[in-house]
Amino acid sequence: MGRAIIEKILAAHAGAAAGEVAPGRIVWIDLDVRSARDFGGANVVEQLRRAYPDGPHLDDPRKTFFTFDCVVPANTIPYANNQHACRTFARGAGCRVFDVDSGIGSHVVIEQGLAVPGATVVGTDSHLNILGAVGCFGQGMGDTDIAFAFKTGRTWFEVPESVKVTLVGRPSGRATAKDLALLLCGRLGSKGLLGRVAELYGECIDALPLAGRVTVCSMATEMGAIAAIIPPSTQVLAFCGRRARRPVDGVYADPDAAYAAAVTVDVSELEPQVARPGRPDDVVPVAHVGDVPIDSVFLGSCTNGRLADFVEVARVLRGRRVKAGVNCSAVPATREVYGELLRLGVVERLFRAGVNVSNPGCGGCAAGQIGMTGKGEVQVSTSNRNFTGKQGAGRTYLCSPATAAASAVTGRLCSVAEVVR
Amino acid sequence: MRATILRGRAFVVRDERGAPIDDIDTDMIFHNAHLALTDVAQMGRHAFGNLPGWKDFPQQAQPGDILVVGENFGCGSSRQQAVDCFRALRVAALVGESFGAIYQRNAINSGMPLVVAPGVVRRPAGATGHIATGDEIEVDLAGGTLRNVSRGEAVPGAQPLSRVQLDIYQAGDLMAYGATAKG
Ligand code: SF4
Repeated sequence: MGRAIIEKILAAHAGAAAGEVAPGRIVWIDLDVRSARDFGGANVVEQLRRAYPDGPHLDDPRKTFFTFDCVVPANTIPYANNQHACRTFARGAGCRVFDVDSGIGSHVVIEQGLAVPGATVVGTDSHLNILGAVGCFGQGMGDTDIAFAFKTGRTWFEVPESVKVTLVGRPSGRATAKDLALLLCGRLGSKGLLGRVAELYGECIDALPLAGRVTVCSMATEMGAIAAIIPPSTQVLAFCGRRARRPVDGVYADPDAAYAAAVTVDVSELEPQVARPGRPDDVVPVAHVGDVPIDSVFLGSCTNGRLADFVEVARVLRGRRVKAGVNCSAVPATREVYGELLRLGVVERLFRAGVNVSNPGCGGCAAGQIGMTGKGEVQVSTSNRNFTGKQGAGRTYLCSPATAAASAVTGRLCSVAEVVR
Repeated sequence: MRATILRGRAFVVRDERGAPIDDIDTDMIFHNAHLALTDVAQMGRHAFGNLPGWKDFPQQAQPGDILVVGENFGCGSSRQQAVDCFRALRVAALVGESFGAIYQRNAINSGMPLVVAPGVVRRPAGATGHIATGDEIEVDLAGGTLRNVSRGEAVPGAQPLSRVQLDIYQAGDLMAYGATAKG
């Protein structure tokens, strides 16, 4: 019987137990990259120090990293303390810190060539499964899990079932990768892929550039999935190979792979979508939400913080301005993206259009790098979660960068078609 | 050896109409405003602090209680505080219809017994296998059985822990397990 992508990746990391890899079985796997963010990182350090007072704490410092992205730079003393505890630990242990200027860890490991097709990467970020965008197995875990991974370089894992998800049809010209992600979330629901890995197929998936793949895979968590994996295109393989400075191979499913389920989603004529406050899976077409005046807009996050996302925003804002009274912030995912935005003049264009451009990081998605929402505030966000209370006391709608930019211009939730003709 | 048969008072998470509350995410269990806390003892008072109507849970819960929850419990972020806050309140075990994958690992790896029992909250009052808050229940981690002791009924559907999960539980937590054996 053939194997699905996740089974092949796990088998390649299971050593002598490769033959035992099958859905439902528990196997021990080697981890190519182990990381911790400022969120959770200090607890990892504390656990290691407590369990191994005399060290050593790391199986391999060259495979171990800290990535600070949640609250960057720290704006509370506890966060500053936690970050500094990680820094000090890393100095002693000899592992690298991508510090507060670096950006979102899951993106940094792709840019640095650490997360490559077929690799296994763990960290304290629940959206680390975003690495499925490059055909890599990424997994978010808690502090104990990551402390154990730092120490041993291994972990136990229950081999998940795989689901083959095929998108058929051609979306409208206005729909973006985010609209595909939202549609999937709405169709499959918050538990639709619970504990499973989705392999994504279809012409509109094949055609996605890396940034779009990142967007789609970033919302696997919101569908309860272990991960969503897109088989790497030649473009993705070339990108990762350049970054890793060595050739990389993609891992693809066997033609006779067995899937727990096969799902087909029709995306013909798909129009821009939006998730209503409280639930990422409460998804409707933008055109159906009615009249929703907005107070603020957040552009960024690991879902939509790539160069292409801000270029799209700048295109919508060309010759227009953010409506007076609407607070609009943009936060690039990484320092590299930020540099490109500067080089291409996008930062200045956004600035002139009335957007508040901030340093790289999780921005409005995490604990308030660029502020929180107040009670009664209505926010439009390009991030992936809008659970009550996450971005503050207000109500958050999730949508694409194009929809968010158009809404910033009109001051109410609207489709890009209303603004750009 | 830690006991693998646990008995305690059930604390069932339902809404005011008696329906399960599914998709309780980690921000509802332990809000991100308290994320910088690293001392487990301090975490108990924030348990369910952002779940509407459940603010008094830390006062209501008693040591040894078994928390019974609906589907996709603990979805959302990877924060271990969302497990640790229950450990701080000395909750003895979690029984749920299904759990977020990261949450499930966090519980097992920190030594908190977690049992998957599809349908356990959905069964209506009066039906065989219904569990109400206050009932005494007994869960067998190795055997995968659940009983409502107060009503003298078996509750169907509970799944046993796997070998690795039991070994981690017996060692205390994953770190302690790692000090003794490694896969
Ligand atoms: S942007 Fe949001 S979802 Fe993404 S890694 Fe940061 S905090 Fe997590």
